[in-house]
Amino acid sequence: MSNRYVVKKIVGALLTLFAVVIFNFFLFRIVDRDPLTKYRGRSKLSLEQRETMIRRMGLSGSKWDQFVAYIKSTLQLDFGRSFDSTRPVLREITDRLPATLILVGVSTVLTICIGLYIGAKAGWARGSRFDRVSTSTTMVLYATPEFFFGMLLLAIVAGRTGWFPTGGLRDVGTNNGFVASLLDRTHHLVLPSLTLTLGYLGSYSLIMRTSMLDTLGEDYLTTARAKGLKESDVMTHHAVPNALLPSVSAIAISFGFVIGGAITTETVFSYPGLGLATADAIRNTDLPMLQALFLVASAAVIFFNLVADLTYGLLDPRIRHSI
Amino acid sequence: MNDLVPSTSPRDMTWARRKQALARVWRELRHDRAGFVSLVVLLGFGLVALSAPLIADRSLLLAAAGRNNPDLASPSAQFLLGTDDIGRDVLAQLVWGSRVSLFIGIFATVVAVVIGSVVGLVAGYVKGKVATVLLAIDEFFLVVPFLPLAIVLAVILGRSPVTLAIVIGITSWAGSARLVRAQVLTLSERAYVERARALGAGTWQIIFRHVLPGVTPLIIANATLIVPGAILTESTLSFLGFGDRLSPSWGKLLDGAQSSGSITLNAWWYYLPPGLCIIAVVLAFTLFGRALERIFDPRLAGR
Repeated sequence: MSNRYVVKKIVGALLTLFAVVIFNFFLFRIVDRDPLTKYRGRSKLSLEQRETMIRRMGLSGSKWDQFVAYIKSTLQLDFGRSFDSTRPVLREITDRLPATLILVGVSTVLTICIGLYIGAKAGWARGSRFDRVSTSTTMVLYATPEFFFGMLLLAIVAGRTGWFPTGGLRDVGTNNGFVASLLDRTHHLVLPSLTLTLGYLGSYSLIMRTSMLDTLGEDYLTTARAKGLKESDVMTHHAVPNALLPSVSAIAISFGFVIGGAITTETVFSYPGLGLATADAIRNTDLPMLQALFLVASAAVIFFNLVADLTYGLLDPRIRHSI
Repeated sequence: MNDLVPSTSPRDMTWARRKQALARVWRELRHDRAGFVSLVVLLGFGLVALSAPLIADRSLLLAAAGRNNPDLASPSAQFLLGTDDIGRDVLAQLVWGSRVSLFIGIFATVVAVVIGSVVGLVAGYVKGKVATVLLAIDEFFLVVPFLPLAIVLAVILGRSPVTLAIVIGITSWAGSARLVRAQVLTLSERAYVERARALGAGTWQIIFRHVLPGVTPLIIANATLIVPGAILTESTLSFLGFGDRLSPSWGKLLDGAQSSGSITLNAWWYYLPPGLCIIAVVLAFTLFGRALERIFDPRLAGR
């Protein structure tokens, strides 16, 4: 992989991130002329407090002054204070980030592994019983809003049997040792991550299946068979690697959907991560929080896309050896 | 017009050809089991949505309507699907909800398809700076996670059903712009477009009279596949607090079911029906769209 490819991809990612920052300014400062009107406690503010708030939110001066101030504070990761809790937005976000990282991380790994496996197997044996059963199942999974899965799991597994906790990050008051606490947290993680995995399994496996179908007629498979390779070797060593390539970028784009899914999943299970923070911010019209949460979500997806592009460069010899 | 002489004006010939093409689509659709069944399901839902006032009176949605009814009552002869947490008939809300969900889903798709087609057509046919800028905007909307984007747009622009539909449309056109552009790029190399250009047709005339008809089947199939996504997005946004509780969509019903604790209370009649309706409609639109895709693009047959 040439340096030029890497630099080009990194610059592209940074430009997209910058576009998000500009978009944020446009939306929250120009489309919405006076964000303070959405502040619930505004009627109780004295004139002085109002002035302070306007200054603190960078709402004073011309639009250009505001823009400069906005870029400056964004670069310093200063997103103002939450309308709701009045704590700095950055603190709110860093406090809740780990929970979401674990949830989204576990679910993404599970979704990719299971989804790719099912998709590859179904595509390889097109029309077989496995293909028909798995494709219709994944179609139904794909059509189901992930929060509905969450509600069903909550009703069946948590509500009726009590095998799993109905929400939260951990049990309150159980603080006996590292192992116990780890087990407790894992116990709380099972249903939310299962929900998110079920919710996005469908799209990943459909992507992989289509990609697999595209490789079926390729000459190199005929060549591999002509060499006398076993059918299973043709699949794992020749078809799957080539089918994986186009799925890499499609999967990176789908990651944006998983981020969205985390918002509703965390809401169903009252799982205190960034998703629940987003849902709370919507109900409280907490503009500073929403603005920052949108930036964080976009940054995550842009980063994931960059990783996918670079992986693609590593995996695909045509890019690895070019230029 | 003289009835005895078959008309042979170009316009009539075009219409005759289109009628034939439509008949062919209908013939193939009838033999595509998944596509046909999903069409029937969709027509069923459409019928219920249109005849909502005949099935349940609109006043049943008002908060006051449930005042004298038991809260979260299980299904009975009086309330076929029980009541919600403030005593309102769930079936009435479900029937009226089909209107909101389908309206937002379809209206959002219209917005997305119009933006996507125009951007795709222009970016594909007009080359140079305009195309570069359009592609950059397209790229932005493809990469940025759509649900957070829809959320910030809806918070700023407003929470009414029409605004929600526009917001969902704005967040879901990027993919179809890509598709249309790719198709336009191949079409504009065709001889008949060249011929039109040689005869002195202007850019817009070529785009709308010669290229657009060629990409229309693709746009239709693609639109059918945008609707399910739009309905899912609508249900998600409503679940997160957007939308109107007094004129609830299916997603809003799920929000009500979730926040009233109907799950721990085992009030399945409150949360199961709207969820199953969403799944049925989304699945039907997806299968129907894929059937159309197969018919318009024979290369996809057998998938």
